[in-house]
Amino acid sequence: MKIAVCIKRVPDMEMRFSLASDRKSLDPAGLKFEMGDFDGYALEVGLQLIEKQGGEVVLLSIGPDGVQETLRKGLAMGAGRAVQLKTEDVPFDGLAIARALAAELKTGGYDLILFGRVATDTANGTVGPMTAELLDLPCVTSISELDIADGRGTARRELEGGAETMQFSLPAVLTIDEGIARPRLASLKGIMAAKKKPLEVKPAQLGEPRLVVESMTLPPDRPPGRIVGEGADAVPELLRLLKTEAKVL
Amino acid sequence: MAAVLAVAEARNGELRKVAFEAVAAARQAADASGGGEVHAMLFGAPGISARAEALGRFGADVVSVVEHEALGRYSPEVFAATVAERLRASDYRAAFFAASAEGRDLAPRVAAKLGASLASDVTDFQLQGDAVIARHPAYTGKVIVTLRLMGSPALLSLRPGSITPSEQPRTARVETMAPAMDPAAARVTVTELSAQISTRLDLGEASIIVSGGRGLRTAENFKLVEDLAAAIGNAAVGATRAVTDDGWRPATDQIGQTGRLVSPDLYIAVGISGAVQHLAGMRNAKTIVAINKDKDAPIFKIADYGIVGDLFEIVPRLTEEIRKVRQNQ
Repeated sequence: MKIAVCIKRVPDMEMRFSLASDRKSLDPAGLKFEMGDFDGYALEVGLQLIEKQGGEVVLLSIGPDGVQETLRKGLAMGAGRAVQLKTEDVPFDGLAIARALAAELKTGGYDLILFGRVATDTANGTVGPMTAELLDLPCVTSISELDIADGRGTARRELEGGAETMQFSLPAVLTIDEGIARPRLASLKGIMAAKKKPLEVKPAQLGEPRLVVESMTLPPDRPPGRIVGEGADAVPELLRLLKTEAKVL
Repeated sequence: MAAVLAVAEARNGELRKVAFEAVAAARQAADASGGGEVHAMLFGAPGISARAEALGRFGADVVSVVEHEALGRYSPEVFAATVAERLRASDYRAAFFAASAEGRDLAPRVAAKLGASLASDVTDFQLQGDAVIARHPAYTGKVIVTLRLMGSPALLSLRPGSITPSEQPRTARVETMAPAMDPAAARVTVTELSAQISTRLDLGEASIIVSGGRGLRTAENFKLVEDLAAAIGNAAVGATRAVTDDGWRPATDQIGQTGRLVSPDLYIAVGISGAVQHLAGMRNAKTIVAINKDKDAPIFKIADYGIVGDLFEIVPRLTEEIRKVRQNQ
């Protein structure tokens, strides 16, 4: 099987963010970056499939040269080669990103194209299904279980209060939810091998975005809370506050 | 005058709450742009047209019903092709979807077919000249992004619960529309639709969530959390990643960076220390209550009200007191 896994380099969400002076982007000072959470699951799914069925995993990422670090991490986990679609600014518009990915993927002959369910930074969750449409491929989003056999796939996706089982033909685009496979840690051997694996750099063909960031704001910090009391004796006071002050009961 | 489209979501032949929210949002947008018509689309198995009139109550002028044996379940390709065909057929200013499991899947497909702008998981919007301005929480809720959508139609998927549908009764014209492609030709088909525990409130729709962490020590002790939620009455039950990883609760119950992002009116954290990964999922709750034995636990830094102590004493007492309150209401 030939599998493409599209990964995004995102800021470490555990950090405290501040805004840049244009109020349209994050202050880059002090930001640490990592592979998006769900992209790690997607890569693990791809790696497990080729371990069982043979084949190759190719990584794609859009962004400045900093994404090479994220791509090397994926190569260290076991991907065979990587492609950086180079641009200094990754647009917020999922369709612009999907266009650049589709331009690269369309001639690749992939059986499966995998994405994380959503990028943890922009939180759009649109690039996977948009890329599928541009390539005219079947697509199942947000899957939590997957079985591939004889050129067909079965996937399960969670709904509000339920789940759907979907069948699809290959080639296909899938976006991966948590819970399907825990991403492996790269071994020392993998890290050494990754340094020698091919990483190709090409310009990203993004096109004109139609969804642009007007401004960003940071939600105000929560006012400091209070300890109502200790032990079960504090329960009546808590209930009083929930009823009369917070008015939520 | 340009119309506004709303895709009304149904499951098992019934309209979902988010269907009314999408129609109400479309009504707001249409009124803001001079009172154009709201057109709703409703997909389903034969019989679904009986639900069409209800959409008129929230401001739909026209309901296009796409009835077909194969459309009782979601069909990504057929839905996307049919919505795109509808949007191409006339001059639409905007189209609203729910940011539900179905809408999050459908809206990007339609946007790609049309080359249209799409803002996802929108909590608020306004029309501004030729553009639509939308607010969207990103970076696990740590940053609110204001987006400009250019061109018509602008597509928006609405975060469930971010709009309170108000009734605007009118008599909707109900018309039928054929699917834009043969459902039998779809390459992706839903072969099974399972309702897990249909009586349980979904985390995204609950106004109160009681959530448990490792402090509960065993899966069996989660009963304390369920009892508290049951006593409150309209509460959903959530969990931390540590708990779902250990299999005490299903993965779908996880609240946090890699699970559900929720913003209920009241969030009660039981035996949860407050790892950053969990806080990412619930920091936008209106009121947060924490019950934990460690007074230095990070959860107390963002909780409005905290009780320090043994949850095995505090939670049963809280459940008992709330039962008394509910009996007197």
